[in-house]
Amino acid sequence: MIRRRLVRLAVTIGLVLASTAARGVLTIEITQGVEAGIPIAIVPFAFRGTGRLPLDVRDIIESDLTLSGRFDSLPRDDFLSRPSDHSQVQFKDWRLIKAEALVIGSIDEVGADLFDVQFRLYDVFNAKQLTGYVYQQVPGQRLRRTAHQISDIVYEQLTGQPGAFDTRIAYVTAESPSGGVRPEYLLQVADYDGYDPTTVLTSTEPILSPAWSPDGAHLAYVSFEERRSKVYVQRLRDASRRKVADYAGLNGAPAWSPDGRELALTLSRDGNPEIYVITMATGATRRLTQHAAIDTEPAWSPDGRSIVFTSDRSGKPQIYRIGSDGGRAERLTFEGRYNARASYSSDGERLTLVTNQNGDYRIGVFYMKSRTLQVLTQSSLDESPTFAPNGGMILYATQAGGRGVLAAVSADGRVRQRLELQRGDVREPAWSTYRR
Amino acid sequence: MREKGSIVLVLLLGIVLAGCGGKKAVDQSAAGADGGASAAGMGDAGGASGQALYGEGDPLSKRVVYFEYDSSNVDDESRRVIEAHAASLLNNSLANIVLEGHADERGTREYNLALGEQRAKAVSRLFQAYGVTGDRIQTVSYGEERPAALGNEESSWALNRRVEILY
Repeated sequence: MIRRRLVRLAVTIGLVLASTAARGVLTIEITQGVEAGIPIAIVPFAFRGTGRLPLDVRDIIESDLTLSGRFDSLPRDDFLSRPSDHSQVQFKDWRLIKAEALVIGSIDEVGADLFDVQFRLYDVFNAKQLTGYVYQQVPGQRLRRTAHQISDIVYEQLTGQPGAFDTRIAYVTAESPSGGVRPEYLLQVADYDGYDPTTVLTSTEPILSPAWSPDGAHLAYVSFEERRSKVYVQRLRDASRRKVADYAGLNGAPAWSPDGRELALTLSRDGNPEIYVITMATGATRRLTQHAAIDTEPAWSPDGRSIVFTSDRSGKPQIYRIGSDGGRAERLTFEGRYNARASYSSDGERLTLVTNQNGDYRIGVFYMKSRTLQVLTQSSLDESPTFAPNGGMILYATQAGGRGVLAAVSADGRVRQRLELQRGDVREPAWSTYRR
Repeated sequence: MREKGSIVLVLLLGIVLAGCGGKKAVDQSAAGADGGASAAGMGDAGGASGQALYGEGDPLSKRVVYFEYDSSNVDDESRRVIEAHAASLLNNSLANIVLEGHADERGTREYNLALGEQRAKAVSRLFQAYGVTGDRIQTVSYGEERPAALGNEESSWALNRRVEILY
């Protein structure tokens, strides 16, 4: 219990302090504890240099591993020794505090704002090194990313699954300028943990449904900047963009095919909201659904062969699946009176979706094989769930203190945390694919 | 469009206040066409310079129709409102109309965008049934993005499940 509190404190303080540096940074608060994680000791990295270390790499690794819900980072005050080099490691010191894994490392200043970062990961029980890396000549501003890459390696070594810490998220914030009545909408891209946010679009009209291209180079989104919902695709590198859907009626819910060549979306140009697929190279469209009900929120299966979507053709919104070339739609969800906005995990075995449980909108996971639904969250207005590319966590939008905030839940529902902006409403998170 | 909407609202509010002060009623049909028209940038086609004053219960005094949760069914009271505006539009052949569909915040944003669209389309079909030609009607959905009331409870949600009739 004490340990849990310490972890929470460390994470909160570490991130809050850093967040004062930049406007609009998300702060993280763990709302549901970390219990049965792998006990890991992360020793403060030794620093050899003249000035101050620009960033505490060790704390970022700790925060990453804690947020994943798979680890229990042991408090550093309990450490009996503080090795930073292989020769200093005494495994008995770590067995005594019941650490199963040990991370040590060091940072050497090798030039003006240039650092060599090395780390080693040990299996304490078997008293052996599992892996170790050196990152050479890392500029100060890249240290944060290096820390996330180390976290990815540790995560993969110990869980057998790739980490998703060196990834990004896109989200929309609505901020009312002081004295202003109408909010300003910002489309933002940040590290997965909310750091280093960059505004990629500002508008006085709503923005929604950002979607990452599989190569991570583009975002598709819906913008009302021309007083009607239209779909745009923007290249992040140079902010160049084009309108890809400007048909009469509603244009919405863009979703990239896994090969990045097509965009599924919702159009009502032929009368009511239906699912279409646009071929990016030619602009040609094909219609997938034909129904007088609402059909929307398409999402591709990882193999590109099918598309799940929300339809209220049964009277209430439920999740259906259709071939990406069309065909007959098959209803997937039957439990509850509202299931919507499904999207696949990268292994194709699960969907995350919004489900209504006795009037509350919560995040669920639907298992494709068993066709069963697990509810992961406990609040009342949760929406926009998005899987981490490794399927281990789900980011979603929820309400706290009358504002929209982002929250993350481990895919098994065991660990939840909140990512909050100092002000403004945050919504519509979308987790990127792996960086290439 | 929003600014027009709020100007219309301000005008209507002024009208109601004027009514409380016991001012004289202005001819309804002419004023009905003009009520939002000058504010909505339609010029002075109606030819009336006075402000509209609708009697209580006059369906023309209502420019918003409301819906049940997750429904685009138009109830009888809303039908009367739509019928009255349709008659007003038929008397004013220059006016075009925008139907702006909205939803409450519950559920997903894209589903609500589609729901607002269905609501606007349902109202549009009724206008057409009452004789207004489709080329005069424009529908747009804002989903849950433009709430009329900001609370997280049914009294606010009920005000947000709506179609605004703007002309």
